[in-house]
Amino acid sequence: MDAILLQILNGLDKGSAYALIALGLTLIFGTLGVVNFAHGALFMIGAFCAVTIQRLLNLSHEVIDETQTDFLGNPLKVKVPYLQDWFGESMGSALQDWSVPLAILFAIPVMLVVGYVMERGLIKHFYKRPHADQILVTFGLAIVLQEIVKFYYGANPIQTPAPEALSGVAQVLPGVVYPVWRIVYFCFAAAIIAGVFAFLQFTTFGMVVRAGMADRETVGLLGIDIDKRFTFMFGLAAAVAGLAGVMYGPINAPNYHMGMDFLVLSFVVVVVGGMGSLPGAVLAGFLLGILESFASTTWATTTLPGINQIIIYLVAIIILLTRPRGLMGRKGVMED
Amino acid sequence: MLGLNKKDTNLLLVVLALTMLAPFILNPFPTGSAMAQFNAGYPDLMQRFVIFGIFAIGFNILFGLTGYLSFGHAAFLGVGSYSAVWMFKLLSMNILPAIILSVIIAGLFALFIGYISLRRSGIYFSILTLAFAQMSFALAYSVLTPITNGETGLQITLSDPRILGSSAMPDGSIPVTNLFGLEMRAAWDMAVGPWTFTFSAGYYFCAVILILAFYLAIRIFRSPFGMMLRAIKSNQTRMNYTGLNPKPYTLAAFVISGMYAGLAGGLMAAMDPLAGAERMQWTASGEVVLMTILGGAGTLIGPVLGAGMIKYFENILSKINETVLHGWFAFLPDGLEDFMVSIVYPFVGKGWHLTLGILFMLVVIFLPGGLVEGGQRIGRLFRRRGAKASGAEAEAAKQQPGE
Amino acid sequence: MSTSKFTRRGVLKTGAVAGAGLALPTIFTSRANAYVNEPTGDTVTLGFNVPQSGPYADEGADELRAFELAVEHLNGEGDGGMMNTFSMKNLKGNGILGKKVAFVTGDTQTKSDAARASAKSMIEKDGAVMISGGSSSGVAVAVQGLCQEAGVIFMAGLTHSNDTTGKDKKANGFRHFFDAYMSGAALAPVLANEYGKERRAYHLTADYTWGWTQQESIQASTEALGWETVENVLTPLAATDFSSYIAPVLNSGADVLVLNHYGGNMVNSLTNAVQFGLRDKQVNGKNFEIVVPLYSELMAKGAGENIKGILGSCNWQWSLQDEGTKAFVKSFGTKYGFPPSQAAHTCYVQTLLYADAVERAGTFEPCAVVAALEGDGSSLDGIDSASNSGLVFDGLGNGKTLYRAADHQCFKDVLVTKGKENPTSEFDLLEVVEVTPVDQVWYEPDHPMFAGGDLGTCNNGV
Repeated sequence: MDAILLQILNGLDKGSAYALIALGLTLIFGTLGVVNFAHGALFMIGAFCAVTIQRLLNLSHEVIDETQTDFLGNPLKVKVPYLQDWFGESMGSALQDWSVPLAILFAIPVMLVVGYVMERGLIKHFYKRPHADQILVTFGLAIVLQEIVKFYYGANPIQTPAPEALSGVAQVLPGVVYPVWRIVYFCFAAAIIAGVFAFLQFTTFGMVVRAGMADRETVGLLGIDIDKRFTFMFGLAAAVAGLAGVMYGPINAPNYHMGMDFLVLSFVVVVVGGMGSLPGAVLAGFLLGILESFASTTWATTTLPGINQIIIYLVAIIILLTRPRGLMGRKGVMED
Repeated sequence: MLGLNKKDTNLLLVVLALTMLAPFILNPFPTGSAMAQFNAGYPDLMQRFVIFGIFAIGFNILFGLTGYLSFGHAAFLGVGSYSAVWMFKLLSMNILPAIILSVIIAGLFALFIGYISLRRSGIYFSILTLAFAQMSFALAYSVLTPITNGETGLQITLSDPRILGSSAMPDGSIPVTNLFGLEMRAAWDMAVGPWTFTFSAGYYFCAVILILAFYLAIRIFRSPFGMMLRAIKSNQTRMNYTGLNPKPYTLAAFVISGMYAGLAGGLMAAMDPLAGAERMQWTASGEVVLMTILGGAGTLIGPVLGAGMIKYFENILSKINETVLHGWFAFLPDGLEDFMVSIVYPFVGKGWHLTLGILFMLVVIFLPGGLVEGGQRIGRLFRRRGAKASGAEAEAAKQQPGE
Repeated sequence: MSTSKFTRRGVLKTGAVAGAGLALPTIFTSRANAYVNEPTGDTVTLGFNVPQSGPYADEGADELRAFELAVEHLNGEGDGGMMNTFSMKNLKGNGILGKKVAFVTGDTQTKSDAARASAKSMIEKDGAVMISGGSSSGVAVAVQGLCQEAGVIFMAGLTHSNDTTGKDKKANGFRHFFDAYMSGAALAPVLANEYGKERRAYHLTADYTWGWTQQESIQASTEALGWETVENVLTPLAATDFSSYIAPVLNSGADVLVLNHYGGNMVNSLTNAVQFGLRDKQVNGKNFEIVVPLYSELMAKGAGENIKGILGSCNWQWSLQDEGTKAFVKSFGTKYGFPPSQAAHTCYVQTLLYADAVERAGTFEPCAVVAALEGDGSSLDGIDSASNSGLVFDGLGNGKTLYRAADHQCFKDVLVTKGKENPTSEFDLLEVVEVTPVDQVWYEPDHPMFAGGDLGTCNNGV
């Protein structure tokens, strides 16, 4: 029983990451109709916002310690972070400890700008182009972004630990413990998802955007500048992906390649959810996350060896064959 | 000629000339000169150009004509390679039965996947093919290791039975792939002044297959069947209304293009008897998509150009290291030399992906029709210059449909 | 093949005759050298094939630094590094056999196809006589097979699978790095010592050949000392989040978790295991422990704080105090500003060993080099075995080492290392707990974990 509960928690947790990425992707892909292969790269840039903040907070000067030697036998240079000079050791290290939550504040403007620049500078010109061209240009962009990060940060994973207070495990039920940060991640994802839905559902802006998704031309004929709103939506999608990345850092150390690892999976999630459906994307994210967790249990892998390797794709095939437009897809979106 | 119109005959002749003279064309710089780094005329890379060209031509029959974007085509290439290597292990090192088997197996596999996936269209179809290919990859890497040898890849060994051949050569080495005795690795060098040109048996075998594959593709493009496929792309609903069922046509196109992929996989194994699971990964499927789009989807020669471009960057650019760069800029004063090296360095060697990414973006932004359009523009430029006097002719050239 | 009258030589002749008919015989030649890529000028080209893109790019970069350093030393530049401590005194800093050493580099992408393409271009285009480097066993086995077919020498880089010199061994291939069996044999006594003999182990294993061989090795050697194996769970290579594999460990009754992962997989699985509080857990009245059988500096760096106090094994560590290590660390550290990794070390050593073998053979001919590397039948002390025969050398950082002729595997002491609790600098991540002497990690070439392969005969390529 405990084991099942744990796997449900794991599934929700994995599902939150899938759902967040898929939510952003479906805003761009399912509604603006752009096949954005750079979406994984946006997730990765988010995670590296956390790395950057951590690096900035750890900027340090060197003090020579004569009593110790380094690997070449020279006197050891000890690094002292500037923060600890300015704010004293305890306050300085506390700031460093909270670098990931601090990075959220940094990531929101960064990701909005990245999204804005991407849409205005590049994607805008591709709305009317064939999907093939969109794939090529966004894939090229993804490679470029990835290589730039690799150039500055290397290929090795870089740890961005959670604050001391939020690491460790919490008692969920008697006898069941679960990492605190993963619970935080789930709550964070739920809040973001709720926020995006509320924004689209209850604001005038959101209403216009939804109308634009359904029929872009008519909305344009009504004299509404839908392009501007779509630019903002692109920025929002980028921010959602970026935040998913920032918060993911403490779960798994970010590396420059992490976007590509999630890219294919997030396309599968969006399509299984159904093209053009935000609730579908979220639902599919959680569903696939939970199924993946259960397929990884020893019971499943001994019954069907290798099931953990293919479960997501297998489920995707079954769903797409039984429900022609995924779980909640709209008719006529990307069907030709 | 051969049932082709004049334009297609010319195209075929151009391809024939390019492939047959490739050892010269790809080796423009004298061996030993600093620019020799850019020479691509060595057997392995020439073989790769041709093999991936075949793969892309086949992919284009499906994508370029019907518009169905398969994101799992690498699975057929992988299956083809595995079948070929198994033939080498069990039957003999002759490549002909191996290649035939790989085409057949890949065709059957494509029939199975296509039959299921073609029940959906658009993005749903793409994801279905992707899912099948990723499942094949994951299983080949792990659970199916007894058949695929997993991570390491399937190789031939001394202990293979090879019932029609021999397990080992008299000198104790592993036999090599051959076509009725002509070894695929055999090569002859021709030295002309400072240049060295290499002629490889394997390359010419692949090149002949490419010509045949290309010829077949032209015939398909120009046939009523090809017309039907284009009709599917432009308006499937209308086709339904005229009482035609598009599915058998699309399925046929899918299977044909899967067989092309299997042929490419078989040839890869014939040139280098190893089959690895990575050949089936989504990145490999993505690569052929990129090749086709980069060259120009729906055109005959485009995919071959795209394949050549990507493989050239992968194999030539990645080998330029800091020492090579210092060699190039050695004529500059020290400070300037280091500066130039530091400017160029991020784009070559371990940064070759960056250059490739930039290239993708530049091509798609400035040449919406892919590399083929670039060629056409250059061609038009020349024609216009040559025909300044007769404006009408230039106008006619401009109106020529993009092919 | 045997059914046909066509032979390679026959075809060559036909080709030559046809060529003579078509062009002047002097410009159209068949490849009739004594062996493939025989260096005829005043330089000799070595091929360094390392991962430069993908997750192991940093490890590849470190290997490349070591290769460049080795080439420098061979050509008589720099301080000579381990050439001064190497027990074989054949290298004089005048290149190899008087030829200046040049090198070409390539990107394996950690994919067997790409690695073979890259190695082929080095052999076919650049005329490399030796290929070295790499950071995974799949690539090592694939490139080793290629070198065997092409007739050049392969000096493996970082590859830890038993198969490289086990069932996939090749006459033209040599491995200096240790293997999974040695990890198990070295680690088990230390584990039993530190954690007791009554332990229940839970294995998470990367689901591909290297993972399986390592898991098999560790399980066998720990069970021999009384441990019990509760479960072995295979994890997909592509897995990034290991939570669903870690969670079942909590209530499995196991009190040790063995992570048979490498690279990014290992960083993530260890991070996840620590997240789930495994390290602060008590099971069966004992502290829960985590073991990572194969360590590398870059993984330790990637895993950060999580690595502290965790036991594993290494081929070599820069903090060793023998003369060879000190000389190598000094020249590497002076040039690049940080200490070398074990991947860098093994690549550097392999290059020197190759150069030395060529000097002793007096030729670059692969079969002669193979014979030189197989040695004069000398043996290590204290091991009573017929297969204890090959090339014995010292002074390359691992103490007295045997290149065993029977399977081209190096036998040397193995380091058991532990993540350092209080590192003094960012490089000071691992400490050596014990140096397990070579006789404890010895195995016979026909050991079941290595059986099934055949070296075959060396190949000159012509």
